[in-house]
Amino acid sequence: MSTLEAAPPVTRPVAPLVIAGAIFALLALTPLFSELYGGAYVTSLAVRAMILAIVAISLDLLMGHAGLVSFGHSAFVAIGAYVAGIMVTEGAQEMALILPTAILCAAGFAALSGAICLRTSGVSFIMITLAFGQMVFFGLGSLAQYGGDDGLTLWSSPEVFGTRWLTSKEGIYWVVLLTLITTWALTHRIVGSRFGRVLRAARQNPTRVASMGYSVFRYRLTAYIIAGVVSAIAGVLWATHAAFVSPSLGSWQRSGDLIVMVVLGGMATRNGALIGALFFILLEEVLSSITHDWRLIFGPLLVLIALHARGGLVGLLDRVRGAAA
Amino acid sequence: MTAVLELTGVRKAFGALVVTDGVDLDLRDGECHALIGPNGAGKSTLIHQISGVLAPDEGRIAFEGRDVTSLSLAERAIAGLGRSFQITSIIPEFTVLENVALAAQAREGSSFRFFGRAAEEAALNEAAMEALTRIGLGTRAGITAGTLSHGEKRLLELAIAIAGRPRALLLDEPMAGMGRAESEALTETLKTLKSTYPMLLIEHDMEAVFRLADRVSVLVAGAIVASGRPDEVRTDPQARAAYLGEDHA
Repeated sequence: MSTLEAAPPVTRPVAPLVIAGAIFALLALTPLFSELYGGAYVTSLAVRAMILAIVAISLDLLMGHAGLVSFGHSAFVAIGAYVAGIMVTEGAQEMALILPTAILCAAGFAALSGAICLRTSGVSFIMITLAFGQMVFFGLGSLAQYGGDDGLTLWSSPEVFGTRWLTSKEGIYWVVLLTLITTWALTHRIVGSRFGRVLRAARQNPTRVASMGYSVFRYRLTAYIIAGVVSAIAGVLWATHAAFVSPSLGSWQRSGDLIVMVVLGGMATRNGALIGALFFILLEEVLSSITHDWRLIFGPLLVLIALHARGGLVGLLDRVRGAAA
Repeated sequence: MTAVLELTGVRKAFGALVVTDGVDLDLRDGECHALIGPNGAGKSTLIHQISGVLAPDEGRIAFEGRDVTSLSLAERAIAGLGRSFQITSIIPEFTVLENVALAAQAREGSSFRFFGRAAEEAALNEAAMEALTRIGLGTRAGITAGTLSHGEKRLLELAIAIAGRPRALLLDEPMAGMGRAESEALTETLKTLKSTYPMLLIEHDMEAVFRLADRVSVLVAGAIVASGRPDEVRTDPQARAAYLGEDHA
């Protein structure tokens, strides 16, 4: 018998870390820049972009790594936002209560709907997640005592252990940025973990993974719950920041936007969902300030990127770097 | 010798078409039991039922004395049934090493671990390298599995199957599409493996079958028409008529 060869060493690419570091540094400096130009408008835009980036990263765990294209992901954002909105309206303003409640609600909904959705795959999965998303959308719209279709204004703001610092301009900014960095880092760890390895393998060949002894369904359901919970946390942050929630947070157009962000940035890459979400919001903002009919430019631009930047913006970056090297 | 795997009266029909017609079959410790038969005889369907991809309509499948008929594919794999697929079934974007390490991972501790770096777990990588070295793929560990040659992918299938440290192997045409030299090398490898892993082997390469098998069963139209030592089956008139005759005419 031949001697045992050593396993080849594992390489950890550095470039994605540098890129992510630059993005986070830029975001951390944005409040400073905004003092010079744009003011609260710029920080508010950055907060919205960062919250959507958190949601996009969680969606990429499903789409990119697990191969589960969920078309109802914004429903979890809406669930988180409404838990915050309703609790604040009912006088429970303590974040230490709101956050666990939002997490429990999202996890429960993810477990129930996921257990049904994950019996299907491919187009059926897309359609049934869409159906659950619409269910939440119409369900929230029918809450007459909480504003119905018109949405709900948070007349008072959530507190953290009795203090108001979360709803101060700086407070929400740093909390959102920190949550974004944490989500980005933890998602990467999950993808590279034992759990993530099973998930990634099952995207490519579920039968093979099952024949190794893994119950693919359980791994996918767990991922579905994780992604749902992360999005609900983002929803709580959204409600806190905007002081207003409406069913449109969970509309299917929002879910579609999220899918576009992930694909635009580059699926299953370290920074794809992050870059995709930030770029999407920035582009939307810039174009809509130029013309009222900004979607006429936005649409074709997305088509061009989809056609020419295979692997999304991250793929484009890689090729530019490859050409320079 | 005791039977590791025992099938009693297994029957499966797709509509009016009976694909498995009351099969009794057993696999004993330390042996290679070959299942041969013409195309469409229901060999792969039978392997699918044993491994749990398909559920039989009737009959019982016992593995190490335990009834596994109602267990899923994953549960039977954990119970110790390893398998290879007729059509190459690997994780194409993973490296060769990671394909096999994933199989080892299923046997070593929980996979509901969310933060440790799986690719850097020495115990898993060592177990994977051991399986790869045994199969002769050790030098290809760092290659992306999808870029392997066809023959190498067939070997990877086998490495994945043994890395799960199974109690028995179900091999569905491991030599399918291999060149002469490759299948001869694989035959030698399987010979060294069969004492550790009793194997149920489906194979069209008759030379390999007669070199490896301790027993041969002939499956025709879902039913076993002959079973016995290779030399007995070779001369069995029914087996010859059904299968060997056509090929060796």
